[in-house]
Amino acid sequence: MAVTSVSSRSEAPPPPGFFSRLGNNQALLGILFILPSLIGFTVFFAAPAVRSVFISFQEWNLLTDAEYVGLENYQNILELSFNPLESAAQDSDDVLPDDFDELARVQVGGGGFVIGARDPRFYRSLGVTITYVLFNIPLQTVLALGIAILMEKAANSPLLRGIMILPWLMPNVIVAMLFIWLLDPTLGVINIFLQQTGVGQQGFFGSPDQAIASVAGVNIWRHMGYTAILIFAGLKTIPKSLYEASRVDGANGLVQFLRITLPLLRPVLVFVLVTSVIGSFQIFDTIAVATEGGPAGATRTIIYYIYEQVFERRINMGVATAASVVLFLILVSVTLIQIRTFQGNTSELADYS
Amino acid sequence: MKRRSSLLVILVVALLLIVTSVSAQDAVTIRYQLWDGNQLPAYQQCADAFTAANPGITVQVEQLGWDDYWTGITTGFISGEAPDVFTNHLAKYPEFVALEQLVDIQPLVERDGVATDIYYPGLADLWTRDGARYGLPKDWDTIAVIYNVALLEAAGVDPAVMDTWTWNLEDGGEFQQVIAQLTIDSNGNNGLSPDFDPTNVAQYGFVPDGMGGAYGQTQWSPFAVSTGWTFNNGVWGDEYYYDDPRFIQTIQWWADLNLVHGFAPSFEEVSSLGASTMFQAGNIAMTMNGSWMIGSFLGSEFEVGFGRLPAGPEGRKSMFNGLADSIWVGTQHLEESWAWVKFLASLECQSIVGQSGVVFPAIPEAATMSLDMRAEAGVDVSAFVEQANEEGGTFLFPIADYAGEISTIMTEAMDAVSLGTARAEDVFPDANDEINDLF
Repeated sequence: MAVTSVSSRSEAPPPPGFFSRLGNNQALLGILFILPSLIGFTVFFAAPAVRSVFISFQEWNLLTDAEYVGLENYQNILELSFNPLESAAQDSDDVLPDDFDELARVQVGGGGFVIGARDPRFYRSLGVTITYVLFNIPLQTVLALGIAILMEKAANSPLLRGIMILPWLMPNVIVAMLFIWLLDPTLGVINIFLQQTGVGQQGFFGSPDQAIASVAGVNIWRHMGYTAILIFAGLKTIPKSLYEASRVDGANGLVQFLRITLPLLRPVLVFVLVTSVIGSFQIFDTIAVATEGGPAGATRTIIYYIYEQVFERRINMGVATAASVVLFLILVSVTLIQIRTFQGNTSELADYS
Repeated sequence: MKRRSSLLVILVVALLLIVTSVSAQDAVTIRYQLWDGNQLPAYQQCADAFTAANPGITVQVEQLGWDDYWTGITTGFISGEAPDVFTNHLAKYPEFVALEQLVDIQPLVERDGVATDIYYPGLADLWTRDGARYGLPKDWDTIAVIYNVALLEAAGVDPAVMDTWTWNLEDGGEFQQVIAQLTIDSNGNNGLSPDFDPTNVAQYGFVPDGMGGAYGQTQWSPFAVSTGWTFNNGVWGDEYYYDDPRFIQTIQWWADLNLVHGFAPSFEEVSSLGASTMFQAGNIAMTMNGSWMIGSFLGSEFEVGFGRLPAGPEGRKSMFNGLADSIWVGTQHLEESWAWVKFLASLECQSIVGQSGVVFPAIPEAATMSLDMRAEAGVDVSAFVEQANEEGGTFLFPIADYAGEISTIMTEAMDAVSLGTARAEDVFPDANDEINDLF
């Protein structure tokens, strides 16, 4: 008996096959799994992104040879000048240096100052973009949170979840076309409804005051369901026992929401916030279809500004890429701030389990 | 210099290719693009006739909508996928010349002895600069008034008034009187009545075809130019006059038709679906548009008529715009492309286009066919043709570099004035400075 056992122990195990060896090498396996996406990311995102940094130091129209111009493109979009006014009546053009146009005029008593920019359109497009983000993000997140909670509490059906995500599945261009008709001042069904209910006709996309809010509204409608589904998934990870325990302790619904739901949902909310903030800074397609940056530049967001530099104005890759680099830096900063502020990389659920 | 020599190389290579290909009987396909879907059938017919006459060459006709068309042409230049031959526009071609993307066909015109004087006077010259030629004319267009016959009749306006009506900067002249008469508020008062309520209009007298951007082709240009104003200092000009008081007053008058008088829908309303859609909804009496839109307007569910533009202080003025076919420098088949361009510019193809009645070809005989074809169908479109034939009745589309930049700058300023957020005299001098700084 002992002999056999010894002999069986000394028998060499069969050499592991290629696939089982591969299966044991976690690191290699991981790389293999992400390889397809890594190739796509490198070829279509990383390489062009790095290249665009080089282009941003050139003057290039894509058709003739590029010329190195140093920081000129950045200077053209970013440089400001502050000019004190001698009197309230003084014309802005008198104090602005050559090549600078008025960006803002601040009147203080008898004097004041004029802020000039080489390209005021760039700063205005930044302003428009930030306005859009401020409309879009809070409303979209709050609405999505509300819908997610409703879905969990009242109507937890796969059909409903499917319907919620439908707008997000529609191509942006089609959504924009749809809303051009819905919101049309004279023929649109929404305006007809508003007129009959006494609210009165609204300009929406055609009005400089309402255009960017209208674009935000369209995108809130489109994304809210998708965001709600993400939050809904987050809600599902919160253990029911926490709610039961708190109920025993006498907590009402509001307290439960503020003390349990929100804190435990934080990592999901941070993810939603970070991705939707990045997405809304890059708003383009709705604007390209519905307003083309108008009226009077009211919806010229930063991505539309970049597009214009190449497709509408004289092909100007240098300025377009410089603006893209600036946008990239803004997005990195905003994202880092969000993650820091909301501590998106930790979760109270970790303490609980 | 560099372009000349590379062109020469292309020419030589192309000629060699021809010589070899003729002996090998290789079939060549050239790509041709246009943006107007209404003209597609006529040009397909031309392409078929061309292939019948030149069995070795097939023409692939491709049509894209206006915006996609120009984006596609630009990206095609860069990626090397632009069509061999394409329909070109006066607003766009100076940009393409600056980017060195168009074949100078003057040497070919001279070599083959192609007559460039068979077209409406001036049309062929629009496509030349410094002895180089970048296209042969295919058609032209003018602007006229389009009216809803039933609404004019109901208001007691005789369309014959359009043969003599006037316009001026002070009070808009008879033109504005007629618009006022055709504008009716919800109480039934028209725009001439002291009780007229501009905030509650049931029927507008006029819908402007948008704000018009830098050129106002179908919008304000007939009025502005009839004051004696000009866009710039001539063909290939380098100085614009958007700061001229006559221009500024005209634009303010144009905006005030809505902002002050309430005789026209607001620009907010017009900007979304466009003036022709609003006009075709049937409760707006008149609009203005170009001859290429005749077919679209005839498709209305009510009877439409075409009337003359009002005569301003310096007479009736319409923009005279012409299209041409250009060859891309990147073509692999220069000789075949040139043969196709020659055919497009010939009486044979332009007669086919003329008989379709969709546009007015550049050759007068073919344009007459278009007019006759409409007349046979009982439609009088002579308002457009009379405008073109009238002495001093037309002015040219401003041909100058930086059209893209100018459009961006002017559209923004024009939007602000039309929507009432700025006054014309406050924005146009600055916009004009910005434009003149480009040159």
